[in-house]
Amino acid sequence: MKRRDAVQQLLLDRGELLVVAGLGSTAWDCTAAGDSPLTFPMWGAMGQAAMIGLGLALAQPQRRVLVITGDGEALMGLGAFATIGVQQPANLTVAVIDNEHYGETGMQQTHTAHGVDLAGIARACGLKVVAFEEARNAIYQGVGPHFVVVKVEAEKIPLVLPPREGALLKARFRRAVLGPNADLD
Amino acid sequence: MRWPEAIHEELSGAGVRVVGYVPDAGHKRLIELCHTDPNMRAVVLSTEEEGIGLAAGAWLGGQKSALLMQSSGVGNIVNVLGMVRECRFPLVTLVTMRGEQGEFNPWQLPMGQAVRPVLEAMGTVVQYADKAEEVAPIVNAALRLAYNSYASVAVLISQRLIGIKSFQEQAAQ
Repeated sequence: MKRRDAVQQLLLDRGELLVVAGLGSTAWDCTAAGDSPLTFPMWGAMGQAAMIGLGLALAQPQRRVLVITGDGEALMGLGAFATIGVQQPANLTVAVIDNEHYGETGMQQTHTAHGVDLAGIARACGLKVVAFEEARNAIYQGVGPHFVVVKVEAEKIPLVLPPREGALLKARFRRAVLGPNADLD
Repeated sequence: MRWPEAIHEELSGAGVRVVGYVPDAGHKRLIELCHTDPNMRAVVLSTEEEGIGLAAGAWLGGQKSALLMQSSGVGNIVNVLGMVRECRFPLVTLVTMRGEQGEFNPWQLPMGQAVRPVLEAMGTVVQYADKAEEVAPIVNAALRLAYNSYASVAVLISQRLIGIKSFQEQAAQ
């Protein structure tokens, strides 16, 4: 599967879905599917995408939250899956777009290229693992926490960049979620 | 009222709803208080940097949080503090100190002594409490500074206040 097609399918008609995009290729994939104030694309803090998703899911239990991140980013924060497993947020899905490579640094192989099983780790931590075909249902209406690994081709494709400034990305996201009072609280 | 109870009262009064922690003997009582508070979600972390992501996500969703750790954990959050600074996320970190006054474990010393310069290098405002009666007002001020001025603020709670002087005492906690 091609990564941009996979992310496009997950985000099609996304409505009020809140999205955290892990740094690198998954942030570009989410932007290619359509930049949105309801997406928080990361440019750093590698390993923290899933935890930002957890914080968001706990703070907004009535909203659906989707973390879209890469295999390298997920590997840097494996402990997050244990932490999510303890909290059991029903409204959170973590989707790992797994090309088995570090795409931004020269396409070195990640651990998943050598058989490390991210879905197995997530399952052992208490997340509900679903197939890609079931992912939309899990994301938009299932009782989570859900986890999906999408195996994709390791391809070099054009960058589609979101805004870079962190404070701007934070402020626009909060306004979109919380309304005009976001800046006054 | 002892200082952990006083901190809990400040967190509660400020509207803190999410408390991430990596356990420390010095935070034992405060962690218990947060777990039993129906208005707080106490989240056990596998490493301290998870607490930065948790706090950032909670703020994106409109909730205030606090992060509890031991001084050794400060070494684990350094890179992620870059996101806090770049995004101007408010952050309150309460650090119980080791490797300073009366330390009995030499392996605690290097990180304990580096806590303040490391935090300051990453743009975190550092405040220090070494008297029990000062802890609550300092935490109160830290919460206001963080959430009114979008700052990262750490309160270092002196090892003198933790009062553990040996491995045996620590194990008996």
